[in-house]
Amino acid sequence: MLDKFGIAQRIAKELQDGFYVNLGIGIPTLVANYIPEGMEVVLQSENGLLGMGAFPFEGEEDPDLINAGKQTVTMVAGASLFDSATSFGMIRAGKVDLTVLGAMEVADNGDIANWKIPGKMVKGMGGAMDLVASAKNIIVAMQHTNKAGESKLLPACTLPITGLGCVKKVVTELGVFDITERGFELKEIAPGVSVEEVQAKTLGRLVVEGEIPFVQL
Amino acid sequence: MNKVYNNAEKAIQGIESGMTLMLGGFGLCGIPENSIRALVASGVNQLTCISNNAGVDDFGIGLMLQQRQVRKMVSSYVGENAEFERQLLSGELEVELIPQGTLAERCRAAGAGIPAFYTPAGVGTEVSEGKETRVFGDKTYLMEYAFDADFAIVKAWKGDKHGNLVFKDTARNFNPMMAMAGRITIAEVEELLEPGELHPNEIQVPGIYVHRIFQGVDYEKRIEQRTVRPKSNHG
Repeated sequence: MLDKFGIAQRIAKELQDGFYVNLGIGIPTLVANYIPEGMEVVLQSENGLLGMGAFPFEGEEDPDLINAGKQTVTMVAGASLFDSATSFGMIRAGKVDLTVLGAMEVADNGDIANWKIPGKMVKGMGGAMDLVASAKNIIVAMQHTNKAGESKLLPACTLPITGLGCVKKVVTELGVFDITERGFELKEIAPGVSVEEVQAKTLGRLVVEGEIPFVQL
Repeated sequence: MNKVYNNAEKAIQGIESGMTLMLGGFGLCGIPENSIRALVASGVNQLTCISNNAGVDDFGIGLMLQQRQVRKMVSSYVGENAEFERQLLSGELEVELIPQGTLAERCRAAGAGIPAFYTPAGVGTEVSEGKETRVFGDKTYLMEYAFDADFAIVKAWKGDKHGNLVFKDTARNFNPMMAMAGRITIAEVEELLEPGELHPNEIQVPGIYVHRIFQGVDYEKRIEQRTVRPKSNHG
């Protein structure tokens, strides 16, 4: 089984040199810690920053420099700053190469729900609807089941939708799944996890074909 | 030309109950702290506030929510504001949640003389309910309208007496396009300069959009999520 760091580390293997990447709040943020040595990846923060760097050293935090999760950050050499309209302009225009975000539910047709539980919790969509409507390449990083132990990989989302048919890949503690017209295709399985466990915890259409390799970190 | 006001209390004159306001900022970053304090003190209510977030419980627009001055919020993210979420779920506060990019573009459109535009964000979601859609190429888009706000209130780093503005780092966020969008725009700045002290090359919002400007005081600049690396790793 992968922990949240393992999920982030696996997703980092999808990065390519020169990629502009938007990382959502939570596990996606951790992907930044695993950018391969020597690879240049530019992190976009949708509040208006390209070239987001690490957290500042203690005492050097600046309230005017935060990321989309409202955390204090720094800028790398070559960073640029811009307003929110420009930021979402580049997102809608498809300039961002990879978007990684969390989800409450993902459907086997690529629909995603991650902004609201009616009557219980409303966080708002923030920039998620803009990102999923336009990104070419969306990976979801999440736990395979919710707190009640119910599958989050479903035949159809039950919660209010964030975007339709947009998720291409899901990485959970159990494995790596590509979303195709056939549903969730199990591509890699986490060490110590059985195919039966994946099947038991996946309510959406699941495709398991041939020998499934272990996730390599 | 006299756009300079002495303080926030003077600058917000004319804001009346029931009006629609835009307030700049993302989270607590780049929010017009002085103007919010003055609005709280003024007691105006039944406001519609367009702002990406609503501050936190005890800072930013959260202070106006506590005083029940807001009838409706138009935002993209409730976030960790418990009082906002409570008022929303109980129905005391009307909330229109819209995608962040749509929020930004509805401001930009207002300041650019564009009455409406099409965006893919929100297609197939609750956001699309009742909205006109149109297909361009093989993709469906929603029509969204430009905002119409009585006042826009923004925070800039530096500004001159002609209303030219410069923002700092990610405190820029929604401030420039909200400054462009208000029927009357109020800018509070950390540093109020004489015309000519800002180089024309560096101006991010031209003063034509700004009607009132004042030198802010006592900025708290509260940090919502203080994240740091320990110094010991330094070098």
